[in-house]
Amino acid sequence: MAMALWLLILIPILAAPIAWMGQQWSRHAPRWIVLGALAIDFILALWLGGQHSAGQASGHGAWLAESHTSWIPRWGISLHLGLDGLSVVLILLTAFVGIVATIASWTEIQSRVGLFHCQVLLALGGVIGVFLAIDLFLFFFFWELMLIPMYLLIVIWGHAQRRHASFKFFLFTQAGSLVLLVAIVALALLHQQATGRPSFDYADLMGLTLTSEMARWLMLAFLIGFLVKLPAPPFHTWLPDTYAEAPTGATIILAGILAKTGAYGLLRFTLPLFPEALNEVAPIAMGLGVVGILYAAVLACAQTDIKRLVAYSSISHMGFILLGAFAGTELALQGVMMQMVAHGLSTAGLFLLAGALEERYQTRNMGQMGGLWSVTPRLATMTLFFACASLGLPGLANFIGEFLVLFGSYATQPVMIILASLGMVMAAIYSLGMMQRTFFGRQQDTRTASDLSNVAFGTLLFIAGLQIWLGLYPKAVLTTTKPVMEQLIQHALVSANTIHVPSESLLSSHIVTSQGSTP
Amino acid sequence: MILQDFIALSPILDLGAFCLVTMLAIAFRRNHARIAVCAFLSCLFTLATLPWAATVAPRAVTTLLVVDGHALLYMGLILSATMVIVALSYRYLNSQFHEQDGVEEYYLLLLLATFGGLVLTTAAHFVSFFLGFELLGLSLCSLIGYLRTRRNPLEAAVKYLLLSITASAFLLFGLALLYFESGAMTFHEVGVSVKQWQTVPALWLGGLILVLVGIALKLGLAPFHMWIPDVYQGAPTPITTYIATVSKAAVMALLLRLATEVGILELPPVVHLFSLLAVVSMVTGNVLALLQENVKRLLAYSSIAHFGYVLVALLAGGPPAAEAVTFYVIVYCAMSLGAFGVVTVYSSEGGDKDRVEDYQGLFWTRPWLAGMLALSLLSLAGIPVTAGFIGKFYAITAGVDAGLWWLVLALIGNSVVSLYYYLRLFVTLFGEVAVQEALPQQGTVQRSEFVSWTAVCSLGFVASIILVLGIYPEPLIQLIRESVSNLLMVVAQRP
Repeated sequence: MAMALWLLILIPILAAPIAWMGQQWSRHAPRWIVLGALAIDFILALWLGGQHSAGQASGHGAWLAESHTSWIPRWGISLHLGLDGLSVVLILLTAFVGIVATIASWTEIQSRVGLFHCQVLLALGGVIGVFLAIDLFLFFFFWELMLIPMYLLIVIWGHAQRRHASFKFFLFTQAGSLVLLVAIVALALLHQQATGRPSFDYADLMGLTLTSEMARWLMLAFLIGFLVKLPAPPFHTWLPDTYAEAPTGATIILAGILAKTGAYGLLRFTLPLFPEALNEVAPIAMGLGVVGILYAAVLACAQTDIKRLVAYSSISHMGFILLGAFAGTELALQGVMMQMVAHGLSTAGLFLLAGALEERYQTRNMGQMGGLWSVTPRLATMTLFFACASLGLPGLANFIGEFLVLFGSYATQPVMIILASLGMVMAAIYSLGMMQRTFFGRQQDTRTASDLSNVAFGTLLFIAGLQIWLGLYPKAVLTTTKPVMEQLIQHALVSANTIHVPSESLLSSHIVTSQGSTP
Repeated sequence: MILQDFIALSPILDLGAFCLVTMLAIAFRRNHARIAVCAFLSCLFTLATLPWAATVAPRAVTTLLVVDGHALLYMGLILSATMVIVALSYRYLNSQFHEQDGVEEYYLLLLLATFGGLVLTTAAHFVSFFLGFELLGLSLCSLIGYLRTRRNPLEAAVKYLLLSITASAFLLFGLALLYFESGAMTFHEVGVSVKQWQTVPALWLGGLILVLVGIALKLGLAPFHMWIPDVYQGAPTPITTYIATVSKAAVMALLLRLATEVGILELPPVVHLFSLLAVVSMVTGNVLALLQENVKRLLAYSSIAHFGYVLVALLAGGPPAAEAVTFYVIVYCAMSLGAFGVVTVYSSEGGDKDRVEDYQGLFWTRPWLAGMLALSLLSLAGIPVTAGFIGKFYAITAGVDAGLWWLVLALIGNSVVSLYYYLRLFVTLFGEVAVQEALPQQGTVQRSEFVSWTAVCSLGFVASIILVLGIYPEPLIQLIRESVSNLLMVVAQRP
């Protein structure tokens, strides 16, 4: 079992150089190597997750699979990996979105194919490491590891403004990371003060009691580190440029997975490590979430560049994650989980489509499109589907996520939730506006273009199927992550000085039970 | 002097003897390759005496020198770095020099400078301090101007000479003032007298600050950094590498010993001075590096900034600080050797390749060379899997541990700024190959397929160090901890 966890990380990383060399054998060899490696990873994660549901009855709290080896004893750093429901879901998402990204770049990437796929695998290996590491130093190690390959993907294969975009991406995320690093180091040293030996281990640091002043500062630093990646305003300015300039495959990885590492960091580390400061910081974080939802939605309405529009919609959706993460109810946390998966899927589909459009018309400007429904019917239908998913049409996965977040956090912050709901209305405006401008109306560009290839169409149909499946049967995700979320809430409630008004917690528990029967 | 003293001193005696052998060999018969091998073997044999010397360490040999774990560790670093530089120099000199011009003395001077460095690491007395300092400085001065038919190296040599003289003047006057007030010449006795005073005499403090200024000049800390970029740019690239690594490491070893034995970090004015130097160095180095179009100048400014980071670690005080400083210096030497090593190897193919444009698209034509430079740059930028990350982590940890929040914040802010110029060079490596250069590239590709095995070995060695320290630093950490405890123990033991 312990070895399997390392395999999850090592398969992509070891396959990376092979993919690079594969270029010599055939043009498509690197692509097949990526697909193979990710498929193996996917099956492995599925198998580990299957073990999970089998062993779930035996009691939650412990990791389903764990691997622990000493690494740098001087600082109490160890190679500590742990897998629970949260990581399983996200690793599955990673492998799946990685496959989608590879298919999306099948025709787009024609130069240096081997190196491109090598970088894709390295980045994904880093991301999987992030989802598994429960030693904070190791976590940071992987957190940084995924950055360089992503950067290279943008800077070598990106569009015209790639240099500018990649610099912005790197500087922003690195600045956030360094703040995070200082906070992590400070935590380890506080552990040293308390017990005489430094430790970066998750379990050790969870048990640490901090003064509320210290907790506030450290939580803020963690928050900055993760919000940059998420991203939430005011740390989001790197995102539209980066998403727009990156090649389609990289954009799918960025939006589908990398954004989720920020959310994961919030759930896994920020919430449980600093319950002391949760009550103070939560309103600020939720406020940022609401600002993100509305501000990004307004900007999305004003975009003419289709990729930028999807990018802003992505920020808007991430706002829901931030909102739900700090709401402090299990329902909202489950919604966050659902939103992460749903957004990963829908945004991968949308960027694949935007990339396909760009490949056909050499422009991202929607002003030069229009009336394409008749030219590329497959592309148009799929875009309509994913636009609907993105705007939160009931019956699709995004709706479940956003609904649960809104429902779950209403008790804590009613005003904010009312404002946030406006975001869903705005989503309808910009999503349908995008449809209108690209596929309906008068045809601007009379060139004929080929429709979606069978492979791409099949992939999109498959994602659409997943969206519908999760929209109708969200339990698939929710039961896997339920123990983790329960534990999170319990930990937060036990450790936080319980200022919670009794009626409020009653209300939220009421919602939880009613939720248990409905979905 | 008894036998054990000789054993303890064996590295220094050994290298001294080899200097003589090399000199005689040159006098006997000039042969570039043979002398280069001789210099390389001198370092190797000296390196081999270190474990032997370690059996009797720590030991004070006369009042002048102390051979302990700290000194031996730095000696190992200095000798290994010199070996790499010797290996890189051979082809570089061959490409820049005619055989009949006499290149052999270059290696003799290199060994002499290293000899000075070894003396510095063991120095525990003003006299040995000054001797080591001068030996290193004077040898370097002639090495910088070694390509004596060119303009830039000569200019750099004159600048370095002026700097050296200034530093020595400050140092000598400072040492004289220290002696005047405390009546002692060994670090230890000076430290004892400091502890006895209620308040430190102003004159003594002035002397100390003069000494520190002399050291700062050598380390190139801002605002005493004016010489660094010009000298780095003008000097032959292997010598630039030498200044960046060996010379700085030796001075840092001395500063660390001075700081622990005299206890200068307990004096508030010194702490303020160092904090100021640290911040100014970081800011100046990073901001000016942003403007550079020359790789050597860029790395020069970045080295100023890096020693600012080292100072942050030093200011933390106590064992963690000594540990962090030593680790950072070792890591810094490895990554500088990597970065300058690539410039050296690339320049060995004719003409100095030190403009940023020279590196445009290098990854597509010379993947290994560019990969090495990319690795060094990532390490300098402090990205994980490379040693630089662990070094930066160490510096931050030491700073946070001592509660130096402002300095740590400055360090972080500067790291972000530094990313910009490292990335710029990094991106250049992956840029498109310019068309007009792509055509003659055909010829150079054929020639460059022959990369000398010395270059491959030495750069491969450096790369493996960078990666191994980045992935599994524990053995080195243990070694450093031993040496540091050694350093502190010597202080504690002596009456």
